[in-house]
Amino acid sequence: MSIKNMTAVELGLQIKKKQLRVVDVVKESLEIMEQLEPEYHAMLLINEEAALRRAEEVQGKIDRLELTGPLAGVPCVIKDNICTKGMKTTCASKILENFEPVYSAQVIENLEKAGVIILGKANMDEFAMGSTTETSYFGITKNPVNKEYVPGGSSGGSCAAVALSECAFALGSDTGGSIRQPSGFCGVVGIKPTYGTVSRYGLIAYGSSLDQIGPIARDVKDCATILEAIASYDTKDSTSIARDDYHFTEALKEDVAGMKIGIPKQYLESGIDQEVKDAILAAAQVYKSMGASVEEFDLDLVQYAVPAYYVIASAEASSNLERFDGVKYGFRAKEYEGLHPMYKKTRSEGFGKEVKRRIMLGSFVLSSGYYDAYYLKALKTKALIKKTFDQAFAQYDVILGPSAPTTAPKIGDSLADPIKMYLGDIYTVSANLAGIPGICLPCGKDHNGLPIGLQLMGDCFKEKTIIRAAYAYEQHQKGEDLK
Amino acid sequence: MSRQYETVIGLEVHVELATKTKIFCGCSTAFGGAPNTHTCPVCTGMPGTLPVLNKQVVEYAMAVGLATNCSITQYCKFDRKNYFYPDNPQNYQISQLYLPICRNGYVEIQTATGKKQVRIHEIHMEEDAGKLIHDEWEDCSLVDYNRSGVPLIEIVSEADMRSADEVIAYLEKLRLIIQYLGASDCKLQEGSMRADVNLSIHEPGTPYGTRTEMKNLNSFKAIARAIEGEKNRQIELLEEGKEVIQETRRWDDNKEYSYAMRSKEDAQDYRYFPEPDLPPIMISDEWLKEVKEKQPELRDEKRIRYAKEYDIPEYDIDILTGSKHLADLFEETVALCDHPKKVSNWLMVETFRLLKENEQEPEDIRFSPKHLADLIKLTEKNTINSTVAKEIFEIMFSEDIDPVQYVKEHGLATVSDVNELKTVVQKIIEENPQSVLDYRNGKERAIGFLVGQTMKAMKGKADPGIVNQLLLELLKG
Repeated sequence: MSIKNMTAVELGLQIKKKQLRVVDVVKESLEIMEQLEPEYHAMLLINEEAALRRAEEVQGKIDRLELTGPLAGVPCVIKDNICTKGMKTTCASKILENFEPVYSAQVIENLEKAGVIILGKANMDEFAMGSTTETSYFGITKNPVNKEYVPGGSSGGSCAAVALSECAFALGSDTGGSIRQPSGFCGVVGIKPTYGTVSRYGLIAYGSSLDQIGPIARDVKDCATILEAIASYDTKDSTSIARDDYHFTEALKEDVAGMKIGIPKQYLESGIDQEVKDAILAAAQVYKSMGASVEEFDLDLVQYAVPAYYVIASAEASSNLERFDGVKYGFRAKEYEGLHPMYKKTRSEGFGKEVKRRIMLGSFVLSSGYYDAYYLKALKTKALIKKTFDQAFAQYDVILGPSAPTTAPKIGDSLADPIKMYLGDIYTVSANLAGIPGICLPCGKDHNGLPIGLQLMGDCFKEKTIIRAAYAYEQHQKGEDLK
Repeated sequence: MSRQYETVIGLEVHVELATKTKIFCGCSTAFGGAPNTHTCPVCTGMPGTLPVLNKQVVEYAMAVGLATNCSITQYCKFDRKNYFYPDNPQNYQISQLYLPICRNGYVEIQTATGKKQVRIHEIHMEEDAGKLIHDEWEDCSLVDYNRSGVPLIEIVSEADMRSADEVIAYLEKLRLIIQYLGASDCKLQEGSMRADVNLSIHEPGTPYGTRTEMKNLNSFKAIARAIEGEKNRQIELLEEGKEVIQETRRWDDNKEYSYAMRSKEDAQDYRYFPEPDLPPIMISDEWLKEVKEKQPELRDEKRIRYAKEYDIPEYDIDILTGSKHLADLFEETVALCDHPKKVSNWLMVETFRLLKENEQEPEDIRFSPKHLADLIKLTEKNTINSTVAKEIFEIMFSEDIDPVQYVKEHGLATVSDVNELKTVVQKIIEENPQSVLDYRNGKERAIGFLVGQTMKAMKGKADPGIVNQLLLELLKG
């Protein structure tokens, strides 16, 4: 039995039924990696030895019925900004090239409790800053569908690894769309949960008030299952929220009858590719056919989301990244005279161009005399955007739209024009500003065969609603494919 | 000096709070561990770690605010203060700028020139930094993060003080209040209380002058000297027609001179912004009420109660309540032996004498109230005389011995058995015929010598009254 294209839940089931042995699953994943990595470079670190050792250990626990969950024995990869004890965690940056965390992130502990096998660490944009995975210090990742294109970002390595069957699922992080946009570009499914649902303890922060870790997998059921495993109230994260209900898989029902779906008019007006627009409208038709009501509505302030996002995320990043200074860990410049030259040389040599750009932007908007005009204004905008979403969710259960205005761009096309790249985040950043959950799933392909992503957003704590909507669509499309 | 100048002083006082654990992690705040042993990923700024606020810090800050007549900010927030320095592992300090926990308070101080209010602008909570060690190696510096994340409050006064006396009175007042609250031990020498002095001079009736900030002040004496020094330095500048530059200066108490550290032009832009890793602190009415109800009796209230409850002079009350530790010791001892004035005397005379000899503060007293009470009971029952009591007290002061047991073990109880004493007195009379003769010839003073000789023979343990009585009887006979 080949594991290729099997979902995490299917794999877990076959392992439980003794149709597959964990160690064979891990070996096959590693073989696929060995074969595909030279071409695609989704991974920064492959933890072969430890994974095989762990596979034996987990198999024993499964055999002794100590591990009975749906993900026991299932292999995954972790975005390289999530701390893994004793396993290098670089944020795809030179400055953390040899950094080995002394502790594991809470999500890693949750995954280990579920019996998941971590195969290694996935490539990403440096410190999650970028939309293409091209800002990685360790080289670009290629789109699994067409190697001339980017996989999206910043969780491009995670999404590519899933699409390439190098693993059953991956963890990514989403500050402004970094799970949803590359999921769309790679044709996989990804969820950005409600802010506070998954512990950020151990996630190397980019924009602390926006960052969330989330699952990336082959289908909606996997994503719901993984989210159930990683979400937890964590007293080590003061922004963590104790939720009443973590049973996301209960929402896997093929039923959207009576569901109210809204499409923001502004999302379809300008800057969107016709093929993407057509795919989104076709998806809307599918929902109508399944008994949901779909209508366009006016979502105010859309045009302010990207500037507000870049001001807030950059401001927080400029402070969050101050700790990378060459004093305690990571890279330090070789030659320097005195403390300040050491700081300057270390950070000049250690950070890439995009990271420096955002540190400078963030430092500027926080500096005295500009704070009110930029940072404070952006915070107010954030609050207003949250309010417009509150109003929208008073009307609709789900907001439907694309995850990006285009399909994946060609390698090398994006970084030349960062403003254009930033504007590509238009559909995703609002969910981070408003703290709401969003899911991205495939809804067709463009003329080049590149995947198009459908994004569904729900109100805070309404993951179950968007999971149900996504699952219903996915099942419907599966049925269509069989016809 | 041709013109009259007034000195204008405001203080920024940092106080280390007496919590068992740090402000944002569970590490110990205890002093003196080996370098970097009281640390964890959080307080060493490891990537991915997050702060979790220690609730006790908020309660202590509230308590200090309430005791200094501040209004409590019931919706308050932490902010990040960004600056690069290796003692600060994250290169930002979590502090409060926009919504500090306490605002608009005051304390009343008393100096030779009378009573006066010093207003408190704000009190905010923040984390301490680690310590850099430069001197042991030539080519590198080392850092110890044991102090990183120890909770601090910063108490910012208005520029209401006009002299070193007022500054010292203000600091003493704050120290007492905070010690009474149990929020800190406030030791300047150990750095658990630190004061930065903002000082300017001007001619009365004219606007305030340019101020300087002085750091590195480790004792009340250093503060007084630094104020005097800085005042004179500024006056000299103005008298020479020069300007005072707004700058931070470091006081060197050995050289009694301050050195410029950095001027306003080099002042850093700290790029403060709300700390995104900590939600705002909501202080409910209930929580505030709870803290209010838990407030211990402060000095002013204690003074009134002492005057009512204990029959001791005003002067005693002043001294006793001048230290929380001393006041506690007094009250606990009185509760055990019920002799307020005697307890007060032991504390004010013998205790202070020994403290002075040992260059110690009342906080350093180690003997227990139980032992002092027992000692007083022993003297009350005439089990020991006052000379022996003082000897025992000295040992008690340094080792906190049990006086009852000590008296027993060393056979120090006063002998008041008449027959036993009679034998000794008889012997003394026989050994000192000359003195006996003198007495009989009318030299009354000779009896004193004989009493002394008897006491000496008894190693001080005899009841001198009985000895005197016996001598009189036997000499008559």
